[in-house]
Amino acid sequence: MPELTYREAVRDALRTALERDDDVFMMGEDIAEMGGSMAVTQGLLDEFGPERVRNTPISEMAIVGAGIGAAIAGMRPVVEIMYEDFLTLSLEQIVNQAAKHRYMSGGQVTVPLTIRTQGGAGWSPGAQHAQQLEAWLVHIPGLKVVFPSTPEDVRGLLWTSIYDDNPVVFFEHRLLYPVKGDVPTELEPIPLGKARTMREGTDVTVIATGPLVHRSLEAAQRAADEEGLSVEVIDPRTLQPLDDDALVASVKKTNRVVVAHEAVERMGFGAEVAAVLQYKAFDYLDAPIERVGAKFAPLAFAPVMEQYVVPHAEDVLAAIKRTVGR
Amino acid sequence: MAKVEKGAHVTEETLRDFLHGMLLIRRFEEKVEERFRAGDLPGFLHVAIGQEAVAVGVCAAMQEGDVFASTHRAHGHTLARGTPPNAVMAELYGKTEGCSHGYGGSMHLYDLSRGNLGANAVVGGGLPAVTGAGLAFKLRQEPRVAVAFFGDGATNVGTFHESLNLAQLWKTKTVFVCENNHWAESTPGWQHSPVWDDMSKRALAYDMRSMKVDGQDVEAVYEASLEALEHARSGDGPVFLDVETKRMHGHYIGDPQVYRSKEDRDDAAEHDPIPRLRERLDLSDEEFAAFDEHAHELVDKALEFAQNGTDPQPEDALKNVYA
Repeated sequence: MPELTYREAVRDALRTALERDDDVFMMGEDIAEMGGSMAVTQGLLDEFGPERVRNTPISEMAIVGAGIGAAIAGMRPVVEIMYEDFLTLSLEQIVNQAAKHRYMSGGQVTVPLTIRTQGGAGWSPGAQHAQQLEAWLVHIPGLKVVFPSTPEDVRGLLWTSIYDDNPVVFFEHRLLYPVKGDVPTELEPIPLGKARTMREGTDVTVIATGPLVHRSLEAAQRAADEEGLSVEVIDPRTLQPLDDDALVASVKKTNRVVVAHEAVERMGFGAEVAAVLQYKAFDYLDAPIERVGAKFAPLAFAPVMEQYVVPHAEDVLAAIKRTVGR
Repeated sequence: MAKVEKGAHVTEETLRDFLHGMLLIRRFEEKVEERFRAGDLPGFLHVAIGQEAVAVGVCAAMQEGDVFASTHRAHGHTLARGTPPNAVMAELYGKTEGCSHGYGGSMHLYDLSRGNLGANAVVGGGLPAVTGAGLAFKLRQEPRVAVAFFGDGATNVGTFHESLNLAQLWKTKTVFVCENNHWAESTPGWQHSPVWDDMSKRALAYDMRSMKVDGQDVEAVYEASLEALEHARSGDGPVFLDVETKRMHGHYIGDPQVYRSKEDRDDAAEHDPIPRLRERLDLSDEEFAAFDEHAHELVDKALEFAQNGTDPQPEDALKNVYA
């Protein structure tokens, strides 16, 4: 099995789609010569040319909206919003247009559009370049929402997203781009709506997304080393549709749950997971569901303040200990 | 600005077709007003009475395979492009036989088979998609054009500027049809735009070809549209079509128009495009009455069809969320 970084894995899925399918093309700010602000699309311009790897003006509404129109006209555009903070500028097009065309047309219109974006704290970009806004999009019927945490998953899930006939908002995380991992030699599609068990365990289930998957794996190891606890870590990978069954099955085994994400805890994705589990697995829960997320503040510039707000492995470990202590 | 020469190639037969189309829209919308006021129709409705020549002239210039996106004032565009009045009326009644199967309503009329990518209830909301469709036609080297209808009010929305910029930059196969009726809902042009009396100046900012046309003259609209569509189709770039028109009624059905002077309403009525076309065709009372009777007949049939349509099942609301 070859090893790729998360960044290379995204690029590999894009390159493969561009290579195999004339209907796939890309649009976004600085994605061509510069190769994207995160160097994800480096080299694709040289390989596929400026018609298919299109630098756009700074026009988030038009980037998403032009993607919608091209998708309705039969193509499979992949558009990039440079930072998920800038999704705010394109939300009208995502929420009112992309998500609703199929519905409002009574099933006539198909919008096979993939909207890639990235974000995340940990490098002091300040309050407008580090937010995690994935929960907003999960609230909108008609959208699919994907947030992979490993190279294998980001490659397989991006491929599936490009070939899904619905609009997909695809979240990548800045700190994950250099993370390495094994991937299958041949690109294998990974179905949307299937969780992955990252580590098996019997005492506590940690349901984590994005960078918190890695921080939770670290916490799980420390819980084993320090407390002799057996912690299961599950990554839902897609937030919409959500693999309720996998989460419930794990809870039935461990009876204790921690949900963890980098986004603000209040109204975060973990709130939905907690609600689903208390309803579908109420009789199996031996303790209140613990939530781990960012504190309720924007992200400050000064590294000590930024790091105080976002959750770390220690926070997940503390939550694990709290839930077994009940 | 390009001058549009009156061509000799618009036959009397074509003009008669236009009259038929405009009268169908007029009688259809009058019926919609009547049924809405009677409490038959749910929702929020906007008629384009006075603007029929724009819908008919532009849509007649479109070819098979061309697409368009409309606005909250969409009945005329949809009918002019050939969606049967039965299907449009059934949609307004929320029936499964409607052109959006009851999921859309007046502000979301769709008919993909006739290139209608959807009417949009967000002002300016459809402009980026039309730009993107025009880009797809260019990338696929297809001889198709995407047309955007929007009002003068939409020229102040961010999507308008982002779309015109992108369309001209990439020379997408797009035509932007600005139906300039000088009203953004209740706000007059002079209160919402520094270039309200010459919207083509908006296109100049993007170095886009613009054409100005009298929207109450269906023949002129048709000829200008043919030229604009041909320009876009040939790959020479998008065109901004500045169409001066008149909204004879309020913003929505039931709008008391407290913001509008009697003079302005009278002026709109005096510029009704239908008597103007009748005059152009030099029709006798009997001839005109025959046209009108046919339109009424179609509308009555559409009403009967819609009223006898099938109500969706409540749980159908959960279908069509995803493909």
